[in-house]
Amino acid sequence: MIEIEGLTVRRGETAALTEVTCQVPEGGITAIIGPNGAGKSTLLHAIAGLIRPDEGHIRVSGTDVARARERDRAMLLSLLTQSAGAVPRLSVRELVAFGRWPHHRGRPTAEDARLTDAAIERFDLEPLAGREVEALSGGQRQRAFLAMAYVQDTPWMLLDEPLAALDPKYTRDIMDRLRSIADDRTTRRSVVIVLHDLSIAARHSDWCVALKSGRLHGAGPASETMTSGTLTALYDTPLRIANAGKSIVVVDGD
Amino acid sequence: MRGHALSLIGLVLLAGASLAVGATDLWRGDLDAQLVLAVSRIPRTCAALLAGAGLALAGVVIQQTVQNRLVEPGLTGTPEAAMIGLLGITLVAPGAALLTKMTVAATAALAGTAGFFALARYVPRRDPMLLPLVGLIYAGILGAVAMWIAWTTDLVQFIGIWQTGEFSGVLRGRYELMWLIAGLAVVLYLLADRITILGLGEDYARALGLNYRATVLAGLAIVAVNVAVVVVTVGAMPFVGLVVPNIVSRLWGDNLRRNLPLVAMLGGGLVLAADLIGRVVRWPYEIPAATVFAIAGAAIFLWLLNAPRKRRHG
Repeated sequence: MIEIEGLTVRRGETAALTEVTCQVPEGGITAIIGPNGAGKSTLLHAIAGLIRPDEGHIRVSGTDVARARERDRAMLLSLLTQSAGAVPRLSVRELVAFGRWPHHRGRPTAEDARLTDAAIERFDLEPLAGREVEALSGGQRQRAFLAMAYVQDTPWMLLDEPLAALDPKYTRDIMDRLRSIADDRTTRRSVVIVLHDLSIAARHSDWCVALKSGRLHGAGPASETMTSGTLTALYDTPLRIANAGKSIVVVDGD
Repeated sequence: MRGHALSLIGLVLLAGASLAVGATDLWRGDLDAQLVLAVSRIPRTCAALLAGAGLALAGVVIQQTVQNRLVEPGLTGTPEAAMIGLLGITLVAPGAALLTKMTVAATAALAGTAGFFALARYVPRRDPMLLPLVGLIYAGILGAVAMWIAWTTDLVQFIGIWQTGEFSGVLRGRYELMWLIAGLAVVLYLLADRITILGLGEDYARALGLNYRATVLAGLAIVAVNVAVVVVTVGAMPFVGLVVPNIVSRLWGDNLRRNLPLVAMLGGGLVLAADLIGRVVRWPYEIPAATVFAIAGAAIFLWLLNAPRKRRHG
């Protein structure tokens, strides 16, 4: 379980997050939703221990992430984020293999190589394994970074907008893969994901944390949190949950 | 591995040529060939190889740390800061031992580079040209400070010597400090994975359990010492730290565990080649290696910016 208590994060004068208190249960997919600038990404980075809270604390499976050693945290949480700098010129296999680094710290064993191969296979990256990450399409690149996070073999996977700039086919591909990871009883991984697209969140998440202007708007099972009423209040625009065949979509209200 | 083998063969050939070429003819001259080799040619060859390797390795570390391929030690204020340190120690204790001067220069270089890294955190990442421009200005300011100190204390001559790297003054007993670079190259090789991970960005580096601050500091110290040693013994050589890592990255990628030896060999080889050309074109006079490298380096860099990239991994 992730326990967040009285979390406040300041960015200079303004507060990015104010007294956020909520819980994220183990297992399944938890979506962090909210309007632009609500503090979704900040919350995810704070959970990952990459931002130190100004007040309050975050415990992930009992560990205070702000105080944990980097290497202990790397055994607990893996991350997929948007990197601003140049993409390194590594092959897909080299990149994925770095996911094992927290375990071997420079001395890879046969087991590390085996797990890397397994992850490459699981994410259907074999035909791309020798290609450079820089040369991949956006969707393929996200899959490679996802495989790196996966092979880190942590109970929690934190993903910051992994669907940004992906077309519907890749979006669905990534979400289906996350579902199969979250549902895998043998590995028992929990996925926390920042999502922009409400229909995706409604369709694929089990638990939902909604933020608005840096404060908690609501947290709970997705079926209870993602209702026409709460979403309308959250986004200040009329929204309605509609059933389209088997899937749920969020559409303009009225 | 083919890259490694080819580089090694090229290096051996260059070193052989470097031992044979110079103002004195080894086979027909009046001077004792053995003496010329031991006192001048071998030290000079080693110095060029070490300087090139040191600057190229410093370039890789900086580029990975700030995630920008257009930055190099000459654009981070490192040599200028080292010069300020050198001026300081020359004024305070003119007779200080070389090692003391070196330590002061390296400490100043460390502070100067740290200043650039701190500045880099506030430079927006969207346009990769921005950071090198900021570095250019930063280095310019530090260079102006050094020049002002030198001007007011009548030490401008020294600045001139430190600014243009050349190897004609390298003699036995006056360059041995440069072997520090070889030692640091070994240390850097042990950190190779960590430096590669830095290239993924701070978030990924920390998520992978790297002690980010300590790693950056270690890299920074290696950069500072390498550059300071080069400035103190032969003078600054711009472009080496920019061109060499870019060639290696372009042809063989950024996996430093595999490619760090290539960076060192190519850096050493190209600087030695520049020195050789400088010795030959106006024989028996010389052109500074830094000048030759700057001309060739600019051309190589222009080619690099536009050359198509083809690379496969085994």
